[in-house]
Amino acid sequence: MENGSMALQYLLSGITKGSIYAVVAIGFNLIYSATGVLNFAQGEFVMLGGMVAIMLAQLGLPLVVAVGAAVIVVSAVGCLLEITFFRKLRHHSILHMIIITIGLSIVIQEIALHIWDEKVRSLPYFTGNEVSSLKFFGAAISPQVLWVLGAIAVSVVLLHIFLRYTLQGRAMRACASNPEAAMLAGINIPNMRTLSFGLSAALGGLAGCVISPITMTHYEMGAPLAIKGFAAAILGGLGNPMGGVIGGLTVGILEAFAVSRLPAAFNDVAAFVVLLLVLFVRPHGLLGRPGGEAVREH
Amino acid sequence: MKHSALLAVGLCGLALFWGCSRPPSETVKIGAIFSVTGPASFLGAPEEKTARMLVDQINAQGGINGRKIEFIAKDSGGNPEKAVSFAKQLIEEDKVLAIIGPSTSGETMAIKDLCEQNQMILVSCAAAEVIVNPVARYVFKTPQKDSQAATWIYRTMKDQGITKVAVVTGNDGFGAAGKKQLEDLAKVEGIEILANEVYDKAATDLTDILTKIKGTPGVQAVVNWSIVPAQSIVAKNMRQLGMTVPLFQSHGFGNLKYVEQAGVAAEGILFPLGHLMVCEQLPDTHPQKKVLTAYRQAYESRYQEDVSAFGGYAHDALMIVLEGLRRAGEPDRSKVREAIEHLSNYAGVTGVFNFSPTDHTGLTLDAFLMLVVKDGKFTIYQP
Repeated sequence: MENGSMALQYLLSGITKGSIYAVVAIGFNLIYSATGVLNFAQGEFVMLGGMVAIMLAQLGLPLVVAVGAAVIVVSAVGCLLEITFFRKLRHHSILHMIIITIGLSIVIQEIALHIWDEKVRSLPYFTGNEVSSLKFFGAAISPQVLWVLGAIAVSVVLLHIFLRYTLQGRAMRACASNPEAAMLAGINIPNMRTLSFGLSAALGGLAGCVISPITMTHYEMGAPLAIKGFAAAILGGLGNPMGGVIGGLTVGILEAFAVSRLPAAFNDVAAFVVLLLVLFVRPHGLLGRPGGEAVREH
Repeated sequence: MKHSALLAVGLCGLALFWGCSRPPSETVKIGAIFSVTGPASFLGAPEEKTARMLVDQINAQGGINGRKIEFIAKDSGGNPEKAVSFAKQLIEEDKVLAIIGPSTSGETMAIKDLCEQNQMILVSCAAAEVIVNPVARYVFKTPQKDSQAATWIYRTMKDQGITKVAVVTGNDGFGAAGKKQLEDLAKVEGIEILANEVYDKAATDLTDILTKIKGTPGVQAVVNWSIVPAQSIVAKNMRQLGMTVPLFQSHGFGNLKYVEQAGVAAEGILFPLGHLMVCEQLPDTHPQKKVLTAYRQAYESRYQEDVSAFGGYAHDALMIVLEGLRRAGEPDRSKVREAIEHLSNYAGVTGVFNFSPTDHTGLTLDAFLMLVVKDGKFTIYQP
């Protein structure tokens, strides 16, 4: 392969990985911006989405229905978690809540292990199969990656419209920027928090479905995704969904190009060194705004 | 009145005492440590199921020498610290005759010395050579050696005229052990490793590593050595990139689930494996044919899932201990150990075992054969 198409191939490989980190990062940002909590169970939403969709698809439901139902189920799980745990624990510090999310992540994993089992499974490729790829300029990419990118694009646009132009969305942003003022204005803050969990879980669930053919789904896949997604969210600027996309793609592309020069075992190192360097220069991330609470505003 | 109450209590106590103390003289306790959950659950789960099924079968037939088997299984979750505390528990509290497992090499090495010091028979289901080299008197293992798998891969390559390869391995214990064997044996077998990459065991996409390999001139084949789902990802990504060189995998690929996950991309993958998955393709004269078909049928009808080579490791570990017990005649650890060490021509699921004081694996290269994926199934490779 010539250098040009090699570089393009690394770029596409980076986009493949990065798009997966990006969907997780968006979920992180959504909950963070509405509640201030870093939800480390975000990766579990991704796992649950994949698992539920696979189960339904195996029961013979069409793919679209299975994915749709999975998103709804996971979203409901997200809401339920907020109502049962975080609503009751509102008076605890943010740090407590973050630790609770780690605990929840472990509990969800164990439950998934008992409902399904330890085996690896996956949804069929949405278009084509395991070997099909789109070729351009000598580089190749699985059509499924385009599905992932498409899902991200649609989610981000819808999210943007929701947060900017709908009453509910504006209310959510109001809670994020100033909870007291929002409460005085008659906004039901607990409900808004539940909504943010539901939305974030729905996004995670959708992500779990679209990435399933590429990464495959098993009960332990959530935690590593949450760590990479978190790094992507920090890099892009916590609280900013667009930042999550930029952060995710950056981390993925960095990893891919690191492989071209270094042994592959070092690719995490390369990605995290760049993350640290960026944070030295811009502690609030690439798209975040400097200064505490303001970061949480969209 | 008071007296009779006391008497009643005394009688009850006596009855309880009898109730407790009688069974141990008739049952033999066998301990097991498997990683039924956690990252190595694909090993531990079928192993635990296999051992439980065999114990039920043997007890239904009256046990060994008239003694029933009591099976005490512990789930280590693949964690060496847990394996150590379970081993201590089995040695000190349960006082079992022997321990089968653990599932992974890391856990086995964590308890190897402990078992040796306590003169506890340990028949491990993990593959690493260090488990039996140097030999510990009380420690055995049932899986084939990694070096035997690597030898099979390289010899098949040479038959096909392949001498220059790329090696990719997962960054877990299995991958690291395989990497070392592949590197060491390359010189012996006259194979040149042009690219050697390690990937994260949780990797979700490997096109970047494979792009690098595709861009390395002269690579005639790719060897992937891991036990993680990445085995399917490598196959898919290679085909998506349009790579046409053959893909060799380790014996970690011996699970139809991975073939299913890789779909059409799995076609043509070559890898060494024991005879279990292809037992129906063996000639009737094959020494293992009977035990293989019996195990496979029993497992698949009881659990409604495909049998895997890993369950076979537990099958052999348990049966070797019980065969030792049968020959020793009494549950005396040193006599049973002695009997195991002198087992010869014992046909198990993994291979035909010939233990000796210097060889506690007891298997030769014949315990493997080369398989190829054809129409989504494992088939014996015909050069």
